[in-house]
Amino acid sequence: MSVLDSKVPEGPLKDKWTNYKDKINLVNPANKRSIDIIVVGTGLAGGSAAATLAELGYNVKAFCYQDSPRRAHSIAAQGGINAAKNYQGDGDSTFRLFYDTVKGGDYRSREANVYRLAEVSANIIDQCVAQGVPFARDYGGLLDNRSFGGVLVSRTFYAKGQTGQQLLLGAYSAMNRQIARGKIEMHNRHEMLDVVKIDGKARGIIARNLVTGEIERHSAHAVVIATGGYGNVYFLSTNAMGSNATAAWKIHKKGAFFANPCYTQIHPTCIPRSGDYQSKLTLMSESLRNDGRIWVPKKMEDVLAIREGRKKPTDLSEEERDYYLERRYPAFGNLVPRDVASRAAKERCDAGYGVNATGEAVYLDFQSAIERYGNEQAKLHGLTNPSKEKITELGEEIVRAKYGNLFQMYEKIVDENPYKTPMMIYPATHYTMGGIWVDYNLMTTVEGLYCIGEANFSDHGANRLGASALMQGLADGYFILPYTIGDYLSHEIRTGKIPTDTPEFDEAEKAVKDRINAFINNKGTHSVDYFHKKLGKVMWDKCGMSRNATDLKKAISEIKEIREEFYKSVKVPGRADEMNPELEKAGRVADFLELGELFAKDALMREESCGGHFREESVELEGEQKGEAKRNDAEFAFVAAWEYKGEPSDAVLHKEELEFKDIELKQRSYK
Amino acid sequence: MNLTLKIWRQNGSQDKGRMVDYQVSDISKDMSFLEMMDVLNEQIINKGEEPVAFDHDCREGICGMCSMHINGEAHGPDKGITTCQLHMRSFKDGDTITIEPFRAKAFPVIKDLVVDRSSFERIQQAGGYISVNTSGNTQDANAIPIDKHAADKAMDAATCIGCGACVASCKNASAMLFVGAKVSQYALLPQGQVEAVDRVKNMVAQMDLEGFGNCTNTGACEVECPKGISLENIARLNREYFKANVKG
Amino acid sequence: MSGFFNSSIGRKYAMALSAFFLMIFIVQHFAINILSVFNPDAFNEISHFMGTNPLVQFGLQPILLFGVIFHFVMGFILEIRNRNARSVKYVRNNGAANATWMSRNMIWSGGFILIFLVIHFIDFWFPEINTKFIQGDMSGLLPNGDYRYYEELTHKFVPIWRVALYCVGFVFLSLHLLHGFSSAFQSVGANNKYTRGLKGFGKAYAILIPLGFIFIALFHHFNH
Repeated sequence: MSVLDSKVPEGPLKDKWTNYKDKINLVNPANKRSIDIIVVGTGLAGGSAAATLAELGYNVKAFCYQDSPRRAHSIAAQGGINAAKNYQGDGDSTFRLFYDTVKGGDYRSREANVYRLAEVSANIIDQCVAQGVPFARDYGGLLDNRSFGGVLVSRTFYAKGQTGQQLLLGAYSAMNRQIARGKIEMHNRHEMLDVVKIDGKARGIIARNLVTGEIERHSAHAVVIATGGYGNVYFLSTNAMGSNATAAWKIHKKGAFFANPCYTQIHPTCIPRSGDYQSKLTLMSESLRNDGRIWVPKKMEDVLAIREGRKKPTDLSEEERDYYLERRYPAFGNLVPRDVASRAAKERCDAGYGVNATGEAVYLDFQSAIERYGNEQAKLHGLTNPSKEKITELGEEIVRAKYGNLFQMYEKIVDENPYKTPMMIYPATHYTMGGIWVDYNLMTTVEGLYCIGEANFSDHGANRLGASALMQGLADGYFILPYTIGDYLSHEIRTGKIPTDTPEFDEAEKAVKDRINAFINNKGTHSVDYFHKKLGKVMWDKCGMSRNATDLKKAISEIKEIREEFYKSVKVPGRADEMNPELEKAGRVADFLELGELFAKDALMREESCGGHFREESVELEGEQKGEAKRNDAEFAFVAAWEYKGEPSDAVLHKEELEFKDIELKQRSYK
Repeated sequence: MNLTLKIWRQNGSQDKGRMVDYQVSDISKDMSFLEMMDVLNEQIINKGEEPVAFDHDCREGICGMCSMHINGEAHGPDKGITTCQLHMRSFKDGDTITIEPFRAKAFPVIKDLVVDRSSFERIQQAGGYISVNTSGNTQDANAIPIDKHAADKAMDAATCIGCGACVASCKNASAMLFVGAKVSQYALLPQGQVEAVDRVKNMVAQMDLEGFGNCTNTGACEVECPKGISLENIARLNREYFKANVKG
Repeated sequence: MSGFFNSSIGRKYAMALSAFFLMIFIVQHFAINILSVFNPDAFNEISHFMGTNPLVQFGLQPILLFGVIFHFVMGFILEIRNRNARSVKYVRNNGAANATWMSRNMIWSGGFILIFLVIHFIDFWFPEINTKFIQGDMSGLLPNGDYRYYEELTHKFVPIWRVALYCVGFVFLSLHLLHGFSSAFQSVGANNKYTRGLKGFGKAYAILIPLGFIFIALFHHFNH
């Protein structure tokens, strides 16, 4: 038997969670008062967990690196949140949401976890509405839904283009209530730099006060990590500048297994890079693909003419354009899933057809949508023989109503009017499905150490559906962890306060301080960003949208080299005992430099194409699906959980075999 | 572009602080303002000096972390955006750009351009929530229909990102737009009615305690707000506060 | 409600309420003064009534005085508080980018109005109080038997310096009202679909009333 025990309860899929909850151990209210829990990260998962645990009566200490919990990057999610409410009466159900999520994840997620997620999803909406989250409503005063990410039902709830912010503010307000009651001790501008284990159990953390530089010890009976994903390993991503993997990587080094690091989601509709100075990429909602047509010029001479400014995209006739998604995937066209759309864009740009100066951009054209809507409107208004200008005007109105804010955002960044000239887009790293391995209780392989939200690996398999990240974060934090952690803590009621003056804390603190001093005292020559950009380039070129064994092997050795060079010649100005953003970055990049290597190692091991992970060696060789991703269920239907053994190259693989009892495994087809 | 930057440097909260001049060259017009700051910092680091500390995170105009006062305006000369969305094409070659932290007694400077906005946190802790348990035992989300217009207005108020530009722009360093937006969101929804009296009283009391100035209705906050929060919300706050005091 | 008036919002309410009162008073004052242009007799009559009616003199006049003093004192208190809310000033502040000059300089327009009011009191109110309550002459008549009010009024507007001073005073009143009128409504929470119309009305009020006062001063200067 594998060392991994997923602890999935017995019984039929539908009843697992209910039965489990009924039998779980509880902590009585009086005892909760003497139990401390640390929550690191205050996004949707961490914020909702901290609020709920405090409400249950535990003493919570919450930590975030931002100046307020409300600024966690969950705030940037635009589209919406899925929930199997079936308010639209269009046939949605818990099972259907479960099915869509497992299928969308390309059958690489754990059935029982996903079913539970779908089950609690409806409750999230009730909860958020009660908290005053202003979801969009129809004229009857009831909640509005939209369809999202190519699924067959409308189950996505939204709050303008700000769903993430509104949900986070809901969780944040619940936190504020508990902070005011004294049940949450909030530590803003703090970064967790290590976890402290005593007798094999997580008992506290070492954190740095980012304002004073002070190294602090905090103890607790359990530690919850909710620090998000590691997309910034690519340097450029849609993540926030501060988003980092340090907490996750530190617990990995202390014994928590890291699962499926190679599963990353590359989002197809981001604003392209404009130059080497670029610090981050901006996502535009996927909904744009509902009306935009994606193309590049057919002829190389046109590509060059456009790049040199001799021609404009609007000068090209229909015949001179290559609508490559419509050409390759006639059934789904521009609406193919994220990974397929991303790879197709990369394929065209690699072939030299990229349309901007960096050669990494394709067009997203709304001209035909504007014409189509314009003609419809002309008919509705009863106009006979409307002029071309009138049609354009009417069409633009409709497009503005649907995507006005996105068009405006695009124009602000790129300085081009997307109503008049096609938008330029390119894929960018957006979400990481991989993360810390957790069991059904969301506990890692370290006792008393939990991991929730994007930071864990659990629910999205090899690919995540649109509007499901918010759902998972809140499900974990509001409704799952608060139950499962009680089961563990029921054995801790006699433990008493955990002292911080123990050798374990001494040792952990010393290690943290030594590392910080090493950075400060290093007489280096290059800034932290120099190395981060180098790492990002390797990751993007060799572990990006499509991967092959040769490049991955190269990536492993190159990352190792960069890491060695980093420790030798990184320059960190300033002192350790003050606010020092460069020092913060140095620590984070050091961890990315290890994680990146494990990432490549995992990608190399997984010799199949699944979800966001595309191996060039694993494609269909013939038939209708020729050239498309080929999954290998016989050999790779497992979760790859890596155990830390020193260098990333020494990491040991543990497999959690995935069983699908309620779902039939199918090949994806979008032809 | 070549630019002269006049930047506020202050080494910690106890330091007096001063303006320091910097030169940057070869700035692309397509850079964002913060990317220009990155270039400057890279240059400062390579010279062996301490880079300029400034707050930033999402760099897409939603987290509310970035906070500079640029050429005399919060988030710079363009309207309806945060500093991270400001692009260098808004400036000309040879320009001198003055960069200062947000100034308010309730926002003390931590370092250089970084300020402490925890006063906003405390205002929200004083009542910026609905006291409903997160256990999930709430009624169905569609049990109470809400007038679409009220819901839309609540949403408009809720778009506040808590960046503090309203305070920074206000000649009185008043936080009324922020507090108004928060109070309005809940005042407009049926869920917020139960605690309406205590909420507005406690939040205003905390706001006064933090040392923000008084609103004199100049409207600067509305103009500089990256999310376009309307002055209507301040009027609603005034009404709610009056009502609450009449009720007791 | 005592807590209410100690809060920042409560004080704004108080400012707004005193402002409403003063704005109504100004209309009343203007209505009487303009009579001096069209109908000196009526002006004399009503002036005498206002100056001698006990209800006006001992009821409304103290309230008015309190309103004026309260508005000024509270205005200065709030200004000091507001200045304290930003202890370190901006090196560069582009206030014109987001707010009108009027809204940013209420303390200056208000200050000049105060100076004007002091002169105005010296010119009219103190002599009036002296005549009526110290000298005890409640007749309102000149030695020749005519009412003295119109005569005194026109006499005051002979020197050009005083006319100029009054005109400047009214310009500041106009600037003060250009922001103050709509601001008072906003302070008491009135911001709704009527706000646009109200703002237009406020602008008209802020320009026409002071302009009318200027007209009266100039009229009397050039006609006597």
